[in-house]
Amino acid sequence: MIDLSPLLLSFEVATIATCAATALGVALAGALAAPRLWGREVWDAAITAPMVLPPTVLGYYLLVLLGRGSSIGRAFEALFGSPIVFTRGGAVIAASVGALPLITKAARAALEAVDPRFVGAARTLGAGRLRAFFSISLPLAQRGILAGVLLGYARALGDFGVTLMVAGNIPGETRTASLAIYDAVLSGRDADARSLCLIMTALAMTVLISASYLTRQKRDGF
Amino acid sequence: MASESHLQARVALRRIAAEPSFSLDVAVDFGPGLSVLFGPSGSGKTTLLSALAGLLRPDAGHVRLAGRVLFDADAKLDLPPNERRIALVFQSLALFPHLDALENVAYGVPRDSVKKERRALAHTWLERMQVAHLARRFPHSYSGGEAQRVALARALASEPSALLLDEPFSALDRHLASELSAQLSEYVSSVRLPVVLVTHDRGLARALGAELTLLNGGRVERTGLAREMLAEPENPA
Repeated sequence: MIDLSPLLLSFEVATIATCAATALGVALAGALAAPRLWGREVWDAAITAPMVLPPTVLGYYLLVLLGRGSSIGRAFEALFGSPIVFTRGGAVIAASVGALPLITKAARAALEAVDPRFVGAARTLGAGRLRAFFSISLPLAQRGILAGVLLGYARALGDFGVTLMVAGNIPGETRTASLAIYDAVLSGRDADARSLCLIMTALAMTVLISASYLTRQKRDGF
Repeated sequence: MASESHLQARVALRRIAAEPSFSLDVAVDFGPGLSVLFGPSGSGKTTLLSALAGLLRPDAGHVRLAGRVLFDADAKLDLPPNERRIALVFQSLALFPHLDALENVAYGVPRDSVKKERRALAHTWLERMQVAHLARRFPHSYSGGEAQRVALARALASEPSALLLDEPFSALDRHLASELSAQLSEYVSSVRLPVVLVTHDRGLARALGAELTLLNGGRVERTGLAREMLAEPENPA
């Protein structure tokens, strides 16, 4: 019987990471979709960069930003008594870095596809920007956003490089499924590696099919 | 000049991204009651309404409503749409597809009362517009006339100080259009607020018999009484 705890840890880390990336990603998408934003494409490129940069580059930045010697890292350690890096919290941050651009891009596209007349009508009916966003734009964009969230979840579930650099490979603490597969291969436990690989593949396929189903059905919903 | 319940504006717009050759430069003064803004498509009617409602920012000019300054380019004053108390009914109606009729109408009811009262008020407006039976139904299931009534109820429930209607009856047949416009005229005469109705339909403009502003190529060509200005029974512009 293989050890399923890395898989459970992956779910936990990916779930928290996806929630965080969704909140931040939707807020960023809302800002990017707003008219008259200065330097829109620069912001967009900065948010997209994690999709194309090597994980080592992202890991390096995160270590510089959050490491025990950094000001954020020191403040966190003083407040909570433990560092961010090489803990489960570090694994969550590593996983959300990959999910964020996927969610932000999907949310931006979905928000931009909402007919501006609905937002205009809401504004003339007395709704401020925030109320119009939460009561009109967001519900009308929800399918597209949800598709992005699913992709982000799949990405968070599969993160390897950034997690290894920022959170390490600590059994029971930061050894997620993808790290456990690496471990199993290196130590010759082929059966374990194969089982985990098949499970991860099945999960990824499920998520991708759900996401494309959501995107395709988008027009019929409303 | 007396400004009680008048919607007065000068709106100058030099260029619009979608149509670089178009420019708008008009001065208008809509008094209480129904005014018709008439002109061929592309004459700037919808653009003017958007500027009045605050959805589009003019390059120069001002917008005043009942003595309140809503926009003044020189003073760099630009009230957001939600603070203007100008209800705008789009040609597409823009009923929120994810809300039922009651929620659509309640959306605009001023939020100084509790939710239950707002919904009760919204229901009263649906009854007044004879569409109370749609309260729990969603916009995709309405007929053209029903959608129009819900949109009007929503606009009026927001207790606006001015009401702008962009081609409100264009999707309806002649009979329904005249029935609805009669109801609207009746309502308008009872509340004394400026109601601006945009149309390019001569028949409707004449039937409404209101003060008419003729817009052409982004300029005001003439103003006067609809019956006199559109006397000759030509084809609709």
